[in-house]
Amino acid sequence: MSDQNWPLWEVFIRTRNGLAHRHVGSVHAVDATMALHAARDTYTRRGEGLSVWVVPSASITASDPADKDMMFEPTASKIYRHPTFYEIPDEVGHM
Amino acid sequence: MTETPLLQYTLRLADTALVLGHRLSEWVGHSPVIEEDLAFGNMGLDLIGQARSLYSYAGEIEGKGRDEDALAYLRDAPDYRNILLVEQPNGDFAATMVRQLLYAAFAHPYFEALARSKDAMLAAIAAKAVKEMAYHLRHSAEWIIRLGDGTEESHRRAQDALDELWPYSAEMFETDRIERALIEAGVAIDPASLRATWDKTLDHVLNEATLERPRDGYMQSGGRVGRHSEHLGHILAELQFVPRAYPGASW
Repeated sequence: MSDQNWPLWEVFIRTRNGLAHRHVGSVHAVDATMALHAARDTYTRRGEGLSVWVVPSASITASDPADKDMMFEPTASKIYRHPTFYEIPDEVGHM
Repeated sequence: MTETPLLQYTLRLADTALVLGHRLSEWVGHSPVIEEDLAFGNMGLDLIGQARSLYSYAGEIEGKGRDEDALAYLRDAPDYRNILLVEQPNGDFAATMVRQLLYAAFAHPYFEALARSKDAMLAAIAAKAVKEMAYHLRHSAEWIIRLGDGTEESHRRAQDALDELWPYSAEMFETDRIERALIEAGVAIDPASLRATWDKTLDHVLNEATLERPRDGYMQSGGRVGRHSEHLGHILAELQFVPRAYPGASW
């Protein structure tokens, strides 16, 4: 197809005021303006969006899967970091 | 001809929206990239949605029990009142985008004005359509700028399409006896009043696109009184096949 040379863009959509933009997928587009159009046409067809961000995929620095053990394994034994040791009074309700 | 001017006017708007919507739907599954496939589907559905509202209103005005389906599926080509521009073949991607630009640059200010119509129903339909046409204009303009100011091939294709479709642009600005009475009554919009806006939009986009604005020469006309190019019959054959082969079918 003719999009072989088109850069890839990551798409982030904010669905409601007060929420954060959330990654929803990616699109191919020739530049930032057309990436916004493509994101709008691809990911907001069912009224999902109030705001769209597009970011060149090439701008994202990702962790190396080979570093998985070093990066994430050490936290597995530190369950005291989870806030599960508190008793929540009923009056507080759902947190 | 027993149709009132308001009915004829509403059908002109409806038929133009339906035929262009159908044309765009023909791209679905054939676009150069999936993102554009969805863009065509979205724009096509905008137009078909406009057509549905307008046909329902036309059926109401007529008062003979015809609904949107009867008006869309059971009228033949000479009864269709769409402008000739929208029935022109899709051609290549550039031709479809040029056609969309020529129409959207007109339809956007047109619906903006029609939203202030004294006819409450037309005003409401137009108020919804104006946002849709704003995007069609933005999207097609951005594409034409990139095609015109792109590669040698994309420039050539965009210029060829512009030259080819230009003779169909003047019909948008025509008025006849039917519309003049409605314009005076504050119901319809005088398209001539939008000419300067359209010129400005086109000049801006074509300038950015390094495309040459064709000179106004012989202009095609007749769609709004039912004189069509051979293309409309083929569109209707496809569009109307199922309801004609299986009358009253539902699912």
